[in-house]
Amino acid sequence: MSVFSTILRQIVNGLQSGSIYALVALGYSMVYGIITLLNFAHGDIIMVGAYIAWLSMAKFSMHPAFAILAAILGCTLLGMLIEKAAYKPLRGSPRISLLITAIGVSFLLENLSQMVFGAKAQVIPTFFEIPSIYLGSIELSGTALITLLAAAVSMVLLTFLVQKTKMGKAMRAVAEDTDAAQLMGININHTISFTFAIGSALAGIGAILYCSAYPQATPTMGSMLGLKAFVAAVLGGIGSIPGAMIGGFAIGLAESLVSAIGLSVWRDGVVFAILIIVLLVKPTGILGRPMREKV
Amino acid sequence: MKKLLSIALVAMMALSALAGCAAPVATDTSASDASAADAAQPAASGETIKVGILGPHTGDYAVYGLAVKNGAQLYIDQVNAAGGINGKQIETIVYDNKGDSTEAITAFTRMVDEGITALIGDVLSGNTIAVVGEANPINMPMITASATAVGATYNADTDTVYTNVFRSCFIDPFQGEKMAQYAAEKLGAKTAAVLTMTGDDYSVGLADAFKAKCAEVGINVVADEGYSKGDVDFKAQLTNILATAPDVIFCPNYYQDDGMIVTQARELGLTSTFLGGDGWAGVSAYASAADLEGSYFCSAYAPGSTDAVKKFEADYTAAYGADTLNMFAATAYDAAQILVAALTKAEASGAATGSDEYKQAVIDAIKTEGPSVVGITSETGYTFDEHNNPIKSAVIMTLTDGVETFKEMY
Amino acid sequence: MKQTYKKIPMPVRYVINTLLFVAFLIVGLSLIQSGVITKYYTKVLMLIGINIILTVSLNIATGYLGQLPLGHAGFMAVGAYTAAIFMTRSGLDASVSFPIGLVLGALMAGLVGVLIGIPALRLKGDYLAIITLGFGEIIRVVLLNIDSVLGFKLTYGAASLKGIPKETNFLNTFLCVGIACLLIHTMMKSRHGRAILSVRENEIAAESCGINLTYYKVLGFAASAVFAGLAGALYAGYLGILNPSSFGFMKSIEILVMVVLGGMGSMVGSVLSATVLTAVPELLRAFSEYRMILYSLLLITVMIFKPSGLMGQYDFSLSRMLEHVFNQKPAREKTNHKAGEKNG
Repeated sequence: MSVFSTILRQIVNGLQSGSIYALVALGYSMVYGIITLLNFAHGDIIMVGAYIAWLSMAKFSMHPAFAILAAILGCTLLGMLIEKAAYKPLRGSPRISLLITAIGVSFLLENLSQMVFGAKAQVIPTFFEIPSIYLGSIELSGTALITLLAAAVSMVLLTFLVQKTKMGKAMRAVAEDTDAAQLMGININHTISFTFAIGSALAGIGAILYCSAYPQATPTMGSMLGLKAFVAAVLGGIGSIPGAMIGGFAIGLAESLVSAIGLSVWRDGVVFAILIIVLLVKPTGILGRPMREKV
Repeated sequence: MKKLLSIALVAMMALSALAGCAAPVATDTSASDASAADAAQPAASGETIKVGILGPHTGDYAVYGLAVKNGAQLYIDQVNAAGGINGKQIETIVYDNKGDSTEAITAFTRMVDEGITALIGDVLSGNTIAVVGEANPINMPMITASATAVGATYNADTDTVYTNVFRSCFIDPFQGEKMAQYAAEKLGAKTAAVLTMTGDDYSVGLADAFKAKCAEVGINVVADEGYSKGDVDFKAQLTNILATAPDVIFCPNYYQDDGMIVTQARELGLTSTFLGGDGWAGVSAYASAADLEGSYFCSAYAPGSTDAVKKFEADYTAAYGADTLNMFAATAYDAAQILVAALTKAEASGAATGSDEYKQAVIDAIKTEGPSVVGITSETGYTFDEHNNPIKSAVIMTLTDGVETFKEMY
Repeated sequence: MKQTYKKIPMPVRYVINTLLFVAFLIVGLSLIQSGVITKYYTKVLMLIGINIILTVSLNIATGYLGQLPLGHAGFMAVGAYTAAIFMTRSGLDASVSFPIGLVLGALMAGLVGVLIGIPALRLKGDYLAIITLGFGEIIRVVLLNIDSVLGFKLTYGAASLKGIPKETNFLNTFLCVGIACLLIHTMMKSRHGRAILSVRENEIAAESCGINLTYYKVLGFAASAVFAGLAGALYAGYLGILNPSSFGFMKSIEILVMVVLGGMGSMVGSVLSATVLTAVPELLRAFSEYRMILYSLLLITVMIFKPSGLMGQYDFSLSRMLEHVFNQKPAREKTNHKAGEKNG
């Protein structure tokens, strides 16, 4: 085992978890950009996605392709439901109320699924057998490569959606100035709903990729994942799509680097330390725009 | 209108919560059947002997807590059906501590207020130590079926034994030592790696003992890696281990993590033999048969090994289903056996039930009666050492074709 | 209206409050002595006391200062571990080391509060919430792993810090609750308290009135940490064993729920909700399985329908109530009431 191949493996490990973080971070970033809400429940949507995948395959023995569709669809609907039920009535209230509600939703989802599915981890069957790829003497896991690929494709599509379509334009307008956008004839409710749908669909894809890498579903699996993805979003610059990608990969690589040098128990600590440093040094993140303070 | 809509939606969420409650989930039955058991027994005779059963019946560790509760209840129900002790029925007072030490203490105090004479529990080591802090000053007899930390019966700082606390499981260092010895003698291992959950008393306890014993038996520990509770990606640590190519990898963690570790290790091309502690029981559902093949773990209980064990398993499954039938159900059954034997002796002494002399008589009787109890997990009886730990041999289990099978006593 | 509103002079107010406090204490102690309140209920009362201190302390930062720290359990952990390490290591008799431990725990938590507060409070809103969450997690990770870094036994990490003298009892918990509430109350009634409130209402306006934002934010934050540390120290003496996992994100949220339900900025609300949310799940053990679900539903519904919490910013004052009674004559009250209705 050469040092080089160990390093290469660690980089692939980091990129794999990094691309999942990036996908989740995108969801955070979009929602934050449009209604400046830190959607704490975002990580838990992933958890629900994982349970949907488990239910459809292990309980209803559906074809993996349908299970994937069901998970993504379920996440999308759940995201929209949460927005309608919990966040919409609070539009215009202080940010602190929104944030507390988001925490409440997150806890509700976690505890409901603990009650329904139990605290025991459920094993998610393999979606598809993906052969490993050999790069010289080094074996690279197929799952890792698919994860990377899926993340990249989702991001390209998302960029296209936001930059080139009419809905994307509306989203950007609402994020810029909600009132002005409304005056220009943009339906705020539809746009916000759509943003939640897209963000949650990304969470659904994230759930599938997560489950193919770590095939277990537990009620609390989303909370740490969500927090780390949020760190990634902040690091890259919240509200920015390429920023979320950069942040996700950076967090993934940092984590596997910390573990690689034998400090794995400090991994969570390091992630939060990165967050603190970023917030203190450059609160807008790597690609974020400076925020104006309104009087 | 907005508010109306959200009322409706919140109500829907609440309803779905209730629907969840109504769904037949195995771990949800604790409260109801506990109270049913409480209500049913006192009616049988006027005076009862009250025994507390404490553990996590909900939350992350419910699998262990429910196993202990059911295992102990199973034997006590059998005794009650046969007429009880000295004409008195045994009444169990069952409380859930959700795996939280604060709740464990309040629940235990409530049991004491309600007049228990002995306790079977607590389940997790940390909770048990917290409860011992309350139980020791009042000399409450306690048998834990699952708290494997040394500190539950013995305070190393002050070199004092908690004379009122016993256990029917073995202690952490014992398993770690056994596995190191087994690796050296039976598997001929020369190098070993360790991967532990650092936030966990049990995992760290086993790993420390394993490493210490390795130095003694001539195994070189070439990699020592850790992870935190809730981690799902072990590839970075496993890549480090892979670079050292050890003969065996000791993973003294809980089965869910171990399953994931083994899967990811094989994915990376790691071929070393995996060793584990009793936390591995149940691992077969969490990794493929091929990946697990040839792994060994230490246990206290060999499923289906003798007729007595088979009878216990049949009775347990009939009463509670097979979901929670694990090692701790067996050690809890044994704990209940020891306790009932001791209570019988104490009743014979004539002391008033629940008095201080009575409690002392129970504690004395656990020591004297223990050796004659033929347990599910110890056919040779329960003899306690100077730290109130049972002297019994370990069961080595192995994974063949995805089934956890009995290998040998060691 | 010619009649002047009679006021109770300050010294008398203090006497009334002190008498009431002592009366409560004596009734409580005698009930425990006589066994009417069993050991179990005493334990529950102690837990309620600890939770009250936690809630009123978080209320300083959330209710009065208007920030949302999510790492309150971290400060509690600092206080708990400081007190526990002092008590187990000092070699002093437990009756001596416990009060010192309480003070040390509170001071240490305050110190950490200042250290964290200075950088963290440069941020606002969600960012502040997240950074305090980060700090809280870091405190937990450090407590868990510090031993392996320093190489000696300090926190015992996952193996739990054991053998802490169980010195917390009803009397000292009750005294601590009284002291905490009194100190917080007097602080909030002082010049500094009003400055803190002005920061909550409008930072820019406050700053232009010459209030040093950073100073008052850190002051409020540190005060919040001090009392969390005190509660932590009591908790250490209550439990006798400490494990870093008890001070996770969940614990912070539990405290937050109590503050939010009671009303952000209302001390009496905090005290009431801490009491109810501790006592009810404890007394209805069978129901406690659904506690967390109920908590989260409470959070959401309270935020949607009454974002100010059950008590809003209302603070109860016995003296004010007495004044009200003294100043009312039954006949006049009616006419006043009617007049008020017409005007409204």
